[in-house]
Amino acid sequence: MKSSGHHLTLWQVFRVPIGVATLSVFGLLAALLGDGVWDEVGAGALACSIAVLVWALAARRR
Amino acid sequence: MRARTLRAWSWVHKWSSLVSTAFLLMLCVTGLPLVFTHEIEHVLLSEPWRPAHPVGPKLNLDQVLETALARKPGEVPAFMSFDEDRPVVNVTSIEPGGKAGVYSFQPIDQTSGDAAPLVAGHPIMEFLLQLHTDMFLGLPGMLFLGAMGLLLIAAVVSGVVLYAPFMRRLPFGAVRSGKQARTRWLDYHNLLGAVTVAWVLVVGATGVVNTLATPIIDYWKNTALKELTQAYDAPAPLGQRSSLQAAVDRAKTALPGMTLQFVAFPGSSYSTDHHYAVFFHGDTPLTAHLTTPALIDARTGQLAAVAPTPWYVKALSLSQPLHFGDYGGLGLKMVWALLDIATIVILGSGLYLWLAKRKRAQ
Repeated sequence: MKSSGHHLTLWQVFRVPIGVATLSVFGLLAALLGDGVWDEVGAGALACSIAVLVWALAARRR
Repeated sequence: MRARTLRAWSWVHKWSSLVSTAFLLMLCVTGLPLVFTHEIEHVLLSEPWRPAHPVGPKLNLDQVLETALARKPGEVPAFMSFDEDRPVVNVTSIEPGGKAGVYSFQPIDQTSGDAAPLVAGHPIMEFLLQLHTDMFLGLPGMLFLGAMGLLLIAAVVSGVVLYAPFMRRLPFGAVRSGKQARTRWLDYHNLLGAVTVAWVLVVGATGVVNTLATPIIDYWKNTALKELTQAYDAPAPLGQRSSLQAAVDRAKTALPGMTLQFVAFPGSSYSTDHHYAVFFHGDTPLTAHLTTPALIDARTGQLAAVAPTPWYVKALSLSQPLHFGDYGGLGLKMVWALLDIATIVILGSGLYLWLAKRKRAQ
């Protein structure tokens, strides 16, 4: 794969999606493997995907 | 990425999506209310009820079964399950040789034998569930939807690959709202796809595993449980079965510390033709989803085996909560619903982008 005058590296393109995916999987498993507070932690971690979406819609629309 | 490689991935993305979109939309739309099945049925079905004799003695399971079957002449028992918060035993029975998916479900007050009100299985939710599971087509329908799930996975993977060349010049999440609709919706499609990718893959993959439930359980019965059935040629007839209550009691002593979940009767899909399969689950958050059956010989009442399920049955058991999203309280269900709606927008925008591109090419 050759980059010819592109602005962003693969890492720059994928770092946010990878971060969101990692938090999502952590959330899915935390709620499954834990009880009580882990259910909320899991839901919160998975909800980060929605939070990032809302942030992008608010801040990155031009 | 070379132009040819890009075109190949683009082809995969286009066709895997086009073939599956209509079905995936149906699954997302029916799945949305199904996430809240428990809450919806609580509203639709809640009626004040108390057992006839709250402090009196309870009927034993043989008496409950007899009562239930007397109300459904000609039917044979398939499953018996136990409510957790009221003294109610649920008996599922079927007509021998009847149509798949047709059954009677009777909640029975264990203190009197009277019928108890339904707290689950409202006809509307059952309809949605059936549509979502197999489109009323039985096993072929299930496997077909499983194939659509595989196409979804192909669409997501190819979508991730295509994301890179599209996003090389744009910061994450950029939506060029001043540009034409096609560009704008491409940006929305990319953004929504980027934030939902892990959840969609998990729900998609576990959905595919769930469509394989029937072959997985059949394989388990035909391999691990096979040797238990070799002593007999004909199924254990209804009139010649030992006490159900004694079978459950015997099973409980074999699996102390575990919680009784349900009984599968001889000849039903979760047992052999010769055994009561008494299923228990554990008490930790993880093991609550994993069942272990004790198999009781239905003729003699003897314990035939405690049969811890193999990895592929465990995988099936864990795929269910991860697909349904019903394991982490209402908060998790809300997030599930939002992500489901996001997926509907991804599917819709993908379809729109394809149509817009076609129109432009003409």
